[in-house]
Amino acid sequence: MKNIVVRFCGDSGDGMQLTGNLFSSLSAILGHEISTLPDFPAEIRAPQGTLGGVSGFQVQLGSSVYTPGDKADVIVAMNAAALKVCTLGSHFNHPQAHFEDEFALFHRHAIVIVDTDSLTDKDLEKAQYHTDNPFTELGIPETVQIVPVALTTLTKESLAESGMDNKSILKSRNMFALGLICWLFDEPMDEAIHLLEDKFKKKPALIAPNTKVMVDGYNYGQNLALNITQIHLDGHPNEAHGTYTSIAGNKATAWGLIAAAEKAGKRLFLGSYPITPATDILHELAGRKDQNVMAVQAEDEIAGVCTAIGAAFAGDLACTSTSGPGLSLKSEAIGLAVMAELPLVVVDVQRGGPSTGLPTKTEQTDLLQALYGRNGECPAVVLAASSSANCFDFAYEACRLALENMTPVILLTDTYLANGTALWRVPKMAELPAIHPQSVPEELKGKFNPALRDERGVRYWAFPGMEGYEHRNIGLERDAQRGTISTNPENHETMVRARQAKIAQIANRIPDLKIQGNVESDTLLVGWGSTEGHLHAAANELNCALAQFNYICPLPRNTREVLSRYKRIIVCELNTGQFASYLRAQVPGIEFEQYNEIQGQPFAVERIVNYASK
Amino acid sequence: MQASDFKSDQYVRFCPGCGDHAICMALQKAMAQIGIPTHDVAVISGIGCSSRMPHYLNTYGFNTIHGRGGAIATGVKTSHPELTVWQMSGDGDCLAIGGNHFIHEIRRNVDLNVCMFNNRIYGLTKGQYSPTSPKGFVSKSSPFGTVERPFVPAQLVLGAGGTFFARTLDVDMPTTVDCLVAAQQHKGCSVVECLVNCVIFNNGTHAWIADREQRAEHSIVLKHGEKMIFGKENDKGLAVEIDPQTFVPRIIVVPADDPRVLVHDAHQADPTLHRLLALMGQDRVQSVEAQTDSELPIALGVIRSVEAETYDQAVNKQIQEIREKAKAKTFDELTATLDTFLL
Repeated sequence: MKNIVVRFCGDSGDGMQLTGNLFSSLSAILGHEISTLPDFPAEIRAPQGTLGGVSGFQVQLGSSVYTPGDKADVIVAMNAAALKVCTLGSHFNHPQAHFEDEFALFHRHAIVIVDTDSLTDKDLEKAQYHTDNPFTELGIPETVQIVPVALTTLTKESLAESGMDNKSILKSRNMFALGLICWLFDEPMDEAIHLLEDKFKKKPALIAPNTKVMVDGYNYGQNLALNITQIHLDGHPNEAHGTYTSIAGNKATAWGLIAAAEKAGKRLFLGSYPITPATDILHELAGRKDQNVMAVQAEDEIAGVCTAIGAAFAGDLACTSTSGPGLSLKSEAIGLAVMAELPLVVVDVQRGGPSTGLPTKTEQTDLLQALYGRNGECPAVVLAASSSANCFDFAYEACRLALENMTPVILLTDTYLANGTALWRVPKMAELPAIHPQSVPEELKGKFNPALRDERGVRYWAFPGMEGYEHRNIGLERDAQRGTISTNPENHETMVRARQAKIAQIANRIPDLKIQGNVESDTLLVGWGSTEGHLHAAANELNCALAQFNYICPLPRNTREVLSRYKRIIVCELNTGQFASYLRAQVPGIEFEQYNEIQGQPFAVERIVNYASK
Repeated sequence: MQASDFKSDQYVRFCPGCGDHAICMALQKAMAQIGIPTHDVAVISGIGCSSRMPHYLNTYGFNTIHGRGGAIATGVKTSHPELTVWQMSGDGDCLAIGGNHFIHEIRRNVDLNVCMFNNRIYGLTKGQYSPTSPKGFVSKSSPFGTVERPFVPAQLVLGAGGTFFARTLDVDMPTTVDCLVAAQQHKGCSVVECLVNCVIFNNGTHAWIADREQRAEHSIVLKHGEKMIFGKENDKGLAVEIDPQTFVPRIIVVPADDPRVLVHDAHQADPTLHRLLALMGQDRVQSVEAQTDSELPIALGVIRSVEAETYDQAVNKQIQEIREKAKAKTFDELTATLDTFLL
């Protein structure tokens, strides 16, 4: 078997995210490609055992893995509610709903491991079953292989001698399930134990019992020879040689910023305010004082970006991290950074909107906000990462473009990339591209002003502490020569165009757009940002071409030339067509068809294929 | 250094007669007296008449957006504690649109010198009431008089745990320079409320103390370690009395030679007395109808100046301590700590 999709599903207190992450890391360490999709409710703890409290974690592993998979091959359902949600998908709240291929989160031939101890009458009632036979009631097809395991009883037996209280014992059920799944995939226990030890190194008392439960879970599979056969993944990752690890998008983003700061010889400053799903960037950077990172948890979103602008004014590599609602609040200050021509990296981890919207779900709906959501003619660079791993590369690239071009750069990621994990080739500092922050020529000492530009049209950068370059920067319009306040009409137009030209010239400093898949096809799928994995898999199935954009503003120089080669161009987005409308404006005369989904979920490859095959 | 070293080449565009001219000159004098080189000084402002100030000072300056000067100044000082950072703001910029940043820079005790120009009016937007306008104040946006209670800025500062508060008056140059110098010398968030006249939209708002005839009777310049004496003839002093029924302390006026006359202790950590002093005379500006028979003068000078750890020092110290112990100080060292495998 080449690829397999596993979904862990349980109550939000059952530790499904931990289990999924450990299993994914283990799989990655064993040399599988991985792509993960954590899927959890917005509530921290919904009432136990209820449908609203179900938390899931899906991972695809194997070779040529582009997505977490449309549907699971193996399900671990920790309780009755999880079983229902996995079976009915988004229809779990419909009273008469039963298994349907379209909505179920697993295939007709999937293996479903279920904790039979968690199917008591009380459990069934909490999960709103109407009968005492959940499998029949849900209409699970006979082709699905149900594997009943008394997870709770077995965990209790495993820890009977541990001296732990009942509540703590029950919390370890997930480790029994993890052990069982490790057996199913023939993943060695010693690596898993090593990971557990690392995970619990700050709570050493938990290492022994969790290890015991996990190993007992493994042995249970081994000894009882459950009537399922072990799954052996063959094939090797298609990735280049190198050192790999698994990494989540938010962590990759944070590390990209750290690496860029070191490369640029600048202190990294983060001003941020907690917001789902971006907060892990703040968490990671607040913990990286060893890397000389200054992370300020500001009093609000506006202060997050404003403290960063202050740090940029003072000469640092300044960043702010947020999600859609926060980007709205930061708009005016980003305009200030555009006007004052200061380097600033704004990471927007997009979530479902508008307003509070769907805080824990994924969407690509902030594109037009990133491009246009400021007062005045206010151009900024817009980039989008397209995998959890390349969040690192584009965070790094955002820093490079900001520092070299004295501009805000908005980096778009989203919930799917931020929380998902993927295989990441760990780079060495020496191999990362050079970063040359804008500076100021010595001969301007004593006659510096903030309007002076180099031959590219990028203003020079002098900051407090530098003797002889004292100047006043402003959010007001400035005179194109003297740098002082100006309300002159012609000057304003000159400056508006100068700021636009500065962004436009960046097209000369970014790579060309590359076509993936069958370049010779008549059909081109177009996407941007986080949909790359799904669109790549769809293009493979359709035997067509794919253009995935990471550089949105400015667009790569060859955009028109590439797009004009194809007869049918389908722009696929998780919104109602924002990038399509942008392309229509930027490359007029080309016809764009649209495929859009807006359900707070990543694409399913199958649906794209079905649409494009029409 | 000379005051002229801190003058920029920009023509000063405050209205003729505006109190901001005087504060601008006082700032240049104070900066010269402090003697920190122009390139190590950053002056950050938001929006409003007072926020034009950076343009007239030959230092690094940044005239930003409305209300956000405090957050931007926090970023400058936190990232570069070696710089001297001033924030220029007004009663609208600081107490209305920028209120959140104002209380948090004070709470964190960021080592900033905050000049809050209080003219009790919005000048740059041409005459609307502000959070310090007295109740009943008639303005373009309150044609029938406001129904809102105003802020007493000192209450906000002390409420947020402020370590330094001074109050000065545009027409009192020596006190203004003293307050600005003291603000710079104090390590922590130093707030100087500068009472300034808006000659166009709120002329005479501080006349009861700005007027030479009245000032001696209606104000007292507090000096640490000195007796609290005021009055044209220096014949009055301030003392504290505790109401025997309610136990509420209040300040009273006594003859200057009364043994109960207080000696000002700006360094006292307990803010109770500082608050009473800062509130003196404020009943006159709470409402346009306010009639007061109180003889209490308004307090000018440094009312409170206490030592406390500053945010910028603490956060940089934490980074330094962690780096000293850290095994992974560079990116390559950091990635070496990962669980990895070879392909």
